[in-house]
Amino acid sequence: MILKPRLEDLKIIGFYLGKIILGLALIMVIPILIALCFRETNPALDFFISMEISVLLGLLLVKICQTDKDLNWMQGMIVVSLSWVVAMILGAIPLYLSGHWKSFLDACFDAMSGFATTGLTLVQDLDHLSYTHNLWRHLIMFLGGQGIVVIALSFFVRGFSGAFKMYVGEARDEKIMPNVINTSRFIWLVSIVYLILGTLALGITGILNGMKPLNSFFHGACVFMAAFDTGGFSPQSQNILYYHSFAYEVITVILMVLGALNFKLHYHLWMGNRKELIKNIETRTLFITILVTFSIVAVGLAQTGIYPAATMLFRKGFYQLISGHTGTGFQTIYAQQLGTDWNQLALVGVILAMALGGAVCSTTGAIKMLRIGIIFKAFKEDLKRIIMPERAIVIEKFHHIKEVFLEDKLVRSALMITLAYIILYGLGALIGMFYGYPFIGALFESTSAAANVGLSCGITNSAMPAALKVTYILQMWAGRLEFMSVFTILGFLFASLKGK
Amino acid sequence: MKKKFKLILIILFLVFSATRIAFSQSLSSGELIRNAKEYDGKLIVYSGEVIGDVMLRGDFAWVNINDGENALGAWMSAALAKEIKITGNYKSRGDRLEIMGVFHRACFEHGGDLDIHVRSLLKVTNGRMVKENLNFDKVSLSLILLGVLFLIWILTLFKHK
Repeated sequence: MILKPRLEDLKIIGFYLGKIILGLALIMVIPILIALCFRETNPALDFFISMEISVLLGLLLVKICQTDKDLNWMQGMIVVSLSWVVAMILGAIPLYLSGHWKSFLDACFDAMSGFATTGLTLVQDLDHLSYTHNLWRHLIMFLGGQGIVVIALSFFVRGFSGAFKMYVGEARDEKIMPNVINTSRFIWLVSIVYLILGTLALGITGILNGMKPLNSFFHGACVFMAAFDTGGFSPQSQNILYYHSFAYEVITVILMVLGALNFKLHYHLWMGNRKELIKNIETRTLFITILVTFSIVAVGLAQTGIYPAATMLFRKGFYQLISGHTGTGFQTIYAQQLGTDWNQLALVGVILAMALGGAVCSTTGAIKMLRIGIIFKAFKEDLKRIIMPERAIVIEKFHHIKEVFLEDKLVRSALMITLAYIILYGLGALIGMFYGYPFIGALFESTSAAANVGLSCGITNSAMPAALKVTYILQMWAGRLEFMSVFTILGFLFASLKGK
Repeated sequence: MKKKFKLILIILFLVFSATRIAFSQSLSSGELIRNAKEYDGKLIVYSGEVIGDVMLRGDFAWVNINDGENALGAWMSAALAKEIKITGNYKSRGDRLEIMGVFHRACFEHGGDLDIHVRSLLKVTNGRMVKENLNFDKVSLSLILLGVLFLIWILTLFKHK
């Protein structure tokens, strides 16, 4: 028998949702300060209004749903999935007020794209967007990459056991430290340290490239947030092509790869355990999949003959490939070029890379390396079983921080999530095809949205059908949360309607 | 001698006219990107607003020019780039240029970038600073919301008492 949710459930969900909204409102102080620094009055008002609406909503929820009870699993998952939807709506308000988005749906699309670290965008006239709004676009990537709930856990929530439930709901099932709040704080420590180093590196490179110092460091900070959080937004409409700089491309590749590594691996590297980088199943799988997918892209590009020199082919092919594989979405070519200059083989290589993604407990989306590694290990185990004598006992192990025995439940879980992602990629492609886009283009864009990548072959623009925009928003949301929280909210809605 | 002089005059006239025709037949960025193969290596005319930074690289400079559809990278001599006084951003509209140069679908010199190597430049209009007018609707809305928040705060205080 399905039980109908009680009023108590709604109160607990509302209370914690309200707290997260208040956290989001507090973060809007940052763009307001930036607006004051750059003397951008109307942008400051946009964020002031958005902050007021957020405080109002958060306060009402906290006061009406006042409770001292802790979250259970179902409630934790629902808080997480609703937090992302509410963050999208509240985060879209300042964007819409700027007048650079044609509709509120377009602003919501970009807000979800930012929070989910995707990077697909519907912004108009980006080259004249204020510093304030530009910072917000990148800041929401930084926040979304770490996880909206992780922020709340790090700064606004003090030691309650429901924390772990929300942490898991945000697609992070690995604890780096013994408790989840310290884990969240460690994730922030890593990110802030890299933020400082990355901004410095990009800022200095920008100055050497001829940019004005203020602009250079502003761009440095924005591009860092988009690179390390594998987001893909950029302050200018040409994305990374704007800089016309090989050094800039090299630095962003390093940052994208760092962002695609497991935070747990970062912890071990910081502790001096460098061997882990070589032994870890995720880094090994990442290395192999990069080799395989880049080979496909290289053969495809060689067939087209667009890049006659090997260095050109490597620079363009490898950059888009790494950008896709790490789920970033930076481009050094125009979106339309993917459709006109690249052939289908090269596009398939990038689609595969996008579909696979980076490491678990990183800022990337998609199936992820640990799952791919586990599935291959399971294949290997089954092959061994066939080849070896019947009485032989076959045991397969893999190294992920420690030696782990390959158990059936691990394989099942990896296969389930992989299957869910494949269905999600396919569904988006079907809807794209329904609206008349060619198969490869529709699959490319759908995979990019669902895997939170952000590479585009030109389908994503403000003129595309509203239903397709909604499809991509849902894909970004489900892909970022890795389904569990989304399934829970669907179950919750079903129980509300059919439960007794 | 007279014939030669006439011929020179005709050639000069044709060259001048051709240049004028080229400057008036500017291609859009969308057209160039979509049909990059067709225009590759050809002398084209492109016009738009200078956006972002003029990035000096030794004797040359990178200038990004936006025609309203996309921005394209233009590689030009530093001397030509000196003509640019204002670039476009939130607080300004950049100089509008009409450039003539060789279009590259995948530039060999610049690692495969789609770019234009500029030969000549014409400033169509000067850029200008944009005065930011305070939006009073936004001011009113923020004050109303502030009032509502204040009211809720007062109500909360009463509830506590």
